[in-house]
Amino acid sequence: MYNPQLNKAGELIHLLSIEGLPQRILTQILDTAESFMEVSAREVKKVPLLRGKSVFNLFFENSTRTRTTFEIAAKRLSADVINLDINKSSTAKGETLLDTIDNLCAMHANLFVVRHASSGAPYLIAEHLQRIGRDDVHVVNAGDGRHAHPTQGLLDMYTIRHYKKDFSQLRVAIVGDILHSRVARSDIHALTTLGVPEVRAIGPETLLPKYMDKLGVHVFHDMEEGLRDCDVVIMLRLQNERMTGALLPSAGEYFRHYGLTPQKLARAKPDAIVMHPGPMNRGVEIHSAVADGPQAVILPQVTFGIAVRMAVMSIVAGN
Amino acid sequence: MSQHPDALPDAEAQCRQLADLIRPQLHKKPALVGIFSGGAWIAERLRELLDLPEEIGMIDVSFYRDDFAEKGLHPQCRPTVIPFDVEGRHLILVDDVLYTGRTTRAAINELFDYGRPAAVELAVLVAAANCRWPRPTASGR
Repeated sequence: MYNPQLNKAGELIHLLSIEGLPQRILTQILDTAESFMEVSAREVKKVPLLRGKSVFNLFFENSTRTRTTFEIAAKRLSADVINLDINKSSTAKGETLLDTIDNLCAMHANLFVVRHASSGAPYLIAEHLQRIGRDDVHVVNAGDGRHAHPTQGLLDMYTIRHYKKDFSQLRVAIVGDILHSRVARSDIHALTTLGVPEVRAIGPETLLPKYMDKLGVHVFHDMEEGLRDCDVVIMLRLQNERMTGALLPSAGEYFRHYGLTPQKLARAKPDAIVMHPGPMNRGVEIHSAVADGPQAVILPQVTFGIAVRMAVMSIVAGN
Repeated sequence: MSQHPDALPDAEAQCRQLADLIRPQLHKKPALVGIFSGGAWIAERLRELLDLPEEIGMIDVSFYRDDFAEKGLHPQCRPTVIPFDVEGRHLILVDDVLYTGRTTRAAINELFDYGRPAAVELAVLVAAANCRWPRPTASGR
């Protein structure tokens, strides 16, 4: 199968999607991130790996956490980071995406971190770079439309491995707006690739895609039933900005059925962890008592995210 | 039985020799740092032979190597662990082979990101004469 993420030797040159990546590459990224966690705990939180390299953050869609953690990660690798404010840039004046890329390549860019509302935009860039013979320039997908958010998927796997040690005995539930969620899709591919035996998708019919069973996922519409005996609960944000048409009666009604309360969480295993990619809508998909409770690992996820992004950038830039 | 001239050196005997060389310096309260992977077990053995109470440090220089541009990141890197305060310490860096000196340089660079040691010495089992780093080729006396 054609996979623009890998070179002929099977090494990662771009990170566009978890789908199509072998287990050994996911494990290599998680192992490398573990070494970078140690760097972030030092007095000098910087290593010289990407010294002299330029990382361009191209965020065509709003983001605070992801953009900031990519910026911190690149700076801790000693790269020069350039954040482009796309809304005020040439794109607003009508420049095409690929013309923007060509211009930035002329400024000696080495790595693009791309977030785009259109699914597939990072692929378009990676294929363009291959066409013009720039195999020294790398692309990392920071979220494209409804398609993929591979670094979030990887940091979620890092979090699960950190707390649960082993993937082979786990029952993982992903709850909420899976239809619009690129995080859910990346998580599902990562979980199945890493050998998690049972992945569950919990949500109302209107917010679950039709093909879930093809991904090997068990679908539940009753949250209490779906959470039973789970080891990991991944909550998703209700993405109002991507919703067209009436998919839900109201946020209040949604919370009643699919909001994670302490009562519903009690259905999962007592040592289950609760994750959320952020930003959280308290009182919509998660109760504050859970979000601030002892089972939540939402803030450690953010810290792990820096190490995982350092690992991804240093691996692709070195190949 | 006489030893074959090309036989591999006896690592245990060499560790003991190295320990004897380090022993006169124990009053400086040195801390050992082994370089992954070859230097790690030697540092552990030296700690036993010298009866040092302190945990040894382990360093993986993957993030500090100067061949990243050609070779990329080593696919199996391990976390560096320095379980003591480097600031002002007398450090003994331990590796199995000194060849070009590039690994040693990377390790020293990494150690200085933990603090400013009083001194860094190098203990190796085998020193091959192919050092690529400045050594005095001429000196005043």
